[in-house]
Amino acid sequence: MSTRLPKGGRLIDRTKPLSFSFNGKRMQGFEGDTLASALLGQNQMMVGRSFKYHRPRGLIASGAEEPNGLVGLGQGGRFEPNQRLTTTELFEGAVTASQNHWPSLDFDLGAINDRFARFLPGGFYYKTFMFPRFAWKHVFEPFIRQSAGLGRVPQARDEDRYEYAYAFADLVIVGGGIAGLAAALAAGRQGKRVWLIEQSAHWGGRAVVDGVQIEGLEASDWVKETVETLEGMENVTLRTRTMASGLYDHGYLLMYERVADHRPGDGRPRHRLWRMRAGHVITATGAIERPLSFAGNDIPGVMLAGAVRDYVVNWAVSPGDRTVIVTNNDDAYRTALALLDAGLVVPAIIDARPAATGALPAEARARGLRVIEGYGIGHVKGSKRVTGVSLCVQAGEGAELETIACDAVAMSGGWSPVVHLWSHCGGKLIWDEAQAMFRPDAKRPATGADGAAMVTAVGSANGILNAHEVLADAHRAAGGKGTAPGAVCGEESPMLPVWIMPQGAGPALRMKMWLDPQNDVKVSDVQLAAREGYESVEHTKRYTTLGMATDQGKISNINGLAVLSDALNRGIPETGTTTFRPPYTPISMGAIAGEARGGIFQPLRKTPMHDWHETHGAHWEPVGQWRRPYCFLRHGEGIHDAVNREIRNTRNAVGLLDASTLGKILVKGPDAGRFLDMLYTNMMSTLPVGKCRYGLMCNENGFLSDDGVVVRLSEDSWLCHTTTGGAERIHGWMEDWLQCEWWDWKVYTANLTEEYAQVAIAGPNARKLLEKLGGMDVSKEAFPAMEWREGTLGGVRARIYRISFSGELSYEVAVPASEGRAFWDALLAAGEEFGVMPYGTEAMHIMRAEKGFIMIGDETDGTVIPQDLNLQWAISKKKDDYLGKRAQERSFMASPERWKLVGLESLDGGVIPDGAYAVAEGHNANGQRNTQGRVTSTYFSPTLGKGIAMGLVKHGPDRMGEVLDFPVDNGKVVKARIVDPVFYDKEGEKQNV
Amino acid sequence: MSRAVSALEGASHKGFVEVAEAGLVGMITLRGDLSSAKMKAAVKAATGTAIPAPRRIVTEGDRAAAWMSPDELLILVPYAEAPATVAALDAALAGEHHLAADVSDARAVFRVRGAKADEALMKLCPVDFATLEAGEIRRTRAAQVAAAFWRSAGDEFTLVSFRSVAGYVMGLLEVSSRTGSELFPA
Repeated sequence: MSTRLPKGGRLIDRTKPLSFSFNGKRMQGFEGDTLASALLGQNQMMVGRSFKYHRPRGLIASGAEEPNGLVGLGQGGRFEPNQRLTTTELFEGAVTASQNHWPSLDFDLGAINDRFARFLPGGFYYKTFMFPRFAWKHVFEPFIRQSAGLGRVPQARDEDRYEYAYAFADLVIVGGGIAGLAAALAAGRQGKRVWLIEQSAHWGGRAVVDGVQIEGLEASDWVKETVETLEGMENVTLRTRTMASGLYDHGYLLMYERVADHRPGDGRPRHRLWRMRAGHVITATGAIERPLSFAGNDIPGVMLAGAVRDYVVNWAVSPGDRTVIVTNNDDAYRTALALLDAGLVVPAIIDARPAATGALPAEARARGLRVIEGYGIGHVKGSKRVTGVSLCVQAGEGAELETIACDAVAMSGGWSPVVHLWSHCGGKLIWDEAQAMFRPDAKRPATGADGAAMVTAVGSANGILNAHEVLADAHRAAGGKGTAPGAVCGEESPMLPVWIMPQGAGPALRMKMWLDPQNDVKVSDVQLAAREGYESVEHTKRYTTLGMATDQGKISNINGLAVLSDALNRGIPETGTTTFRPPYTPISMGAIAGEARGGIFQPLRKTPMHDWHETHGAHWEPVGQWRRPYCFLRHGEGIHDAVNREIRNTRNAVGLLDASTLGKILVKGPDAGRFLDMLYTNMMSTLPVGKCRYGLMCNENGFLSDDGVVVRLSEDSWLCHTTTGGAERIHGWMEDWLQCEWWDWKVYTANLTEEYAQVAIAGPNARKLLEKLGGMDVSKEAFPAMEWREGTLGGVRARIYRISFSGELSYEVAVPASEGRAFWDALLAAGEEFGVMPYGTEAMHIMRAEKGFIMIGDETDGTVIPQDLNLQWAISKKKDDYLGKRAQERSFMASPERWKLVGLESLDGGVIPDGAYAVAEGHNANGQRNTQGRVTSTYFSPTLGKGIAMGLVKHGPDRMGEVLDFPVDNGKVVKARIVDPVFYDKEGEKQNV
Repeated sequence: MSRAVSALEGASHKGFVEVAEAGLVGMITLRGDLSSAKMKAAVKAATGTAIPAPRRIVTEGDRAAAWMSPDELLILVPYAEAPATVAALDAALAGEHHLAADVSDARAVFRVRGAKADEALMKLCPVDFATLEAGEIRRTRAAQVAAAFWRSAGDEFTLVSFRSVAGYVMGLLEVSSRTGSELFPA
């Protein structure tokens, strides 16, 4: 059993016990524990079930590479699935629950899959596609859906906040082991702006566990001293609990800081995503130990040797009373010695090498340990926990020669440098035959904008496993002056690559050799993939799901591709690795979203009258990032009724529309008229000062892009109104032409959209209302339609445009935004006696449709030209050119076959569904009904008491009075007659009063 | 008597730094040839300052001129004086191609005050504060919207955004300055 040792544990504080729960069971740990060490300390070795076969799963590792130890952590608004036990710090009251089992961890029905493992071979998911079609839908998809996904999706709203932070540094060193510390020391002394980040809560990495001596000090003391030195440097920033998640072009490094995971709910943001621009990155990310592939290597109690050592030294937790060591290298002997030091039993060290002759084996022997050379583990005994191992000759086929009782196995298959960040931006790897590892190829690094290396790998991340050389490498890479810190550590003799144990294992054993314990990928699955023709490692990965689990194959990839290479009878470098992609370990969705949630999820643009609308029943419509009132709901009123009321009131009394969102772009300069003549289809240079003109803008392909009223303010300045959604786009469009094409034209633009609050005052009583406010002559004689005046209206600086989009007598008044609300209030107060009432965008839409006015985005969709909308009157024939002119002369654009704007009236007076198509005779090549038109705008008109619509119809204007068929839902057909699109006040008498 | 109010009517929050809407400030977009003698004289008359160098703001009492682009300045004056200043600029620059427009009401102005004011802004603006020079103005973004800021006093930044997103910007600043979320806790 695993247990807490009576003394030791360099990271735990025994005076600070913490309680937590696992699957409802109360447990105790100490401050400084991870969830993993705390569970092991309570003899909870089994922590979950595997994904496919639901086999019992125990802790294998002690860090980010852990594949099995995933739990649902927290409750309610702080619940999160798939939290890694080995990298989650214990906190008081932590609630944890294991995953992927039913009904309980101990007894799981899904484990039946294990019995039928031969029906779920590698490539199972892909093979299901090969079955008859019905099998996917009725058999496999339901089965896969039910078993897909690991962990439970959080149901409650996340209680925490997250944030970004932007940072800049000359050098970012990733990894706070001795390599990172030595590099930081060297770089810090040169005065560079240095960041040193460490993913865990502690500095020092492996060296402090392995008992290295540095500069005459114990590694832990040297680390402490060095951290203090670095903390004293102004130019060095140190961060623990910060993981470099991904490295991108131009030294853009994403760093994930777990600010408050260890103290949930303390008010701080839970995670912070640092968006770092690094001049250079040094990866001192260490190495990850590899498992050995022997039968039963997935049984709880089989762990990585380095992890066993970590648990004993860091947290005073013994994974078992009797631990068998199995290795192909000297390093695992350190685990044997650490266990001995802790008073535990090591029955044997099984060394696959023919001879173990190094200093560490010698020390083990001297302390009375049994070292069995040339042997391997045949298979592990036990199911939910190791009970023993059978021994065999490594060179043989697995015949059992001896059995050793034990409750834990510490395995080491060698070490793999953590090359993820090195590789993210294209850094290449080379295969190191002697150490059996892929390590960074210094000759082929990821390069920055200057073509020079953007990343340097140092220490174990660079394939150097000897502490003394690690320090020298780091010091040198950081440009250190003088000699590097020196370390004393024993020499190690060469390791022996071992990919299968024993090397001649037959199918029965290979089916129980796990490569990827989370996804249940075994040696036999990879070999099967090879037999079935998979040669590319990327294809094999997807076919077998090797390395696709949440740990992304940190311990399994190298073993897997070695097995694949062997099966394909080629070298490991020929096979290569899969692509390393960010993030290094999963990061929270919250961190990715940053501050953007709740009220600041997105910018919400508000007009000066927004708050009034909100308190007066506004039913909002999003228009770009604005919210505009669609209508104003009165108590108990439906949306449709409100819209009709607003229209009737505007047509019969007076209505107010908040038009502040309309784009307003000032265009000024000696060439401004010429410029606007190019931008608009009609002439703007000839517009007299004091007047307004409606204009159309097209893109260079001739399609209608925006419209609005242009105002001639002075001899050399115009104010261009755009649609609400078009303001920024059109301003950018203008600047694009001015800066890139017509850079020598003397024109300046300024986007004044937000400078003004603008109100349309429309209806028969509009003039009376303005006259009551007073200050400006708004009479018919003094102020004709399509002109503007400036003055003071009701005490407010105002510019009034006499323009009408509703067909009523109408004035649009622009006042400074800061006085917009006061002006609005004044209009409402003064207008009470005239029946004033605000109206929303839907009333505006319907009233313009009653008048046959087009709307950008309804009648246009990016494929419509002005000629389609019978807007030839707004296209100047006098001009040599305007944007879109040549495009509109192309044969397809000039074709009389194009669909053109008409009005439509259903025969029964109802509303035709929006977007409905008018069918024509016959069918097209795809067997679909031919069409001859479609509805672009359709409403119920309260003014006319019936449905009205606009649409684009082939030869439409020539077919007045014809009836078209619009098939709609449920086989029904709406019949509608082609009519003039101007439904209301064709002569314009209402607005010209 | 003007009934003008700023977008948030001076709202403020106090976290590890204090953030407050600064009320109405007169602002003028001035475009033209920044090297011309007329322009220099016009800006001097409006603000009492010289033409700022690229990415610089020059201040004189309650007036300032900020560099926005190679042909654009932002002129800051007391709110009530903006219309008259526009008229004066137009008069001074008569005959020379230019654009002067009152944008006082199109903007919102914030002050971020405190020893760690930069830490609140570091969460929102991709700006290297360590290399931000004295008198430097940065046109950047605050999260998802355009913004500009400068160090207006030893431990104070002034930030300008568009008026319509004032509520959003205040939301950003409030969240980013909550006590406990300091980036570099002492």
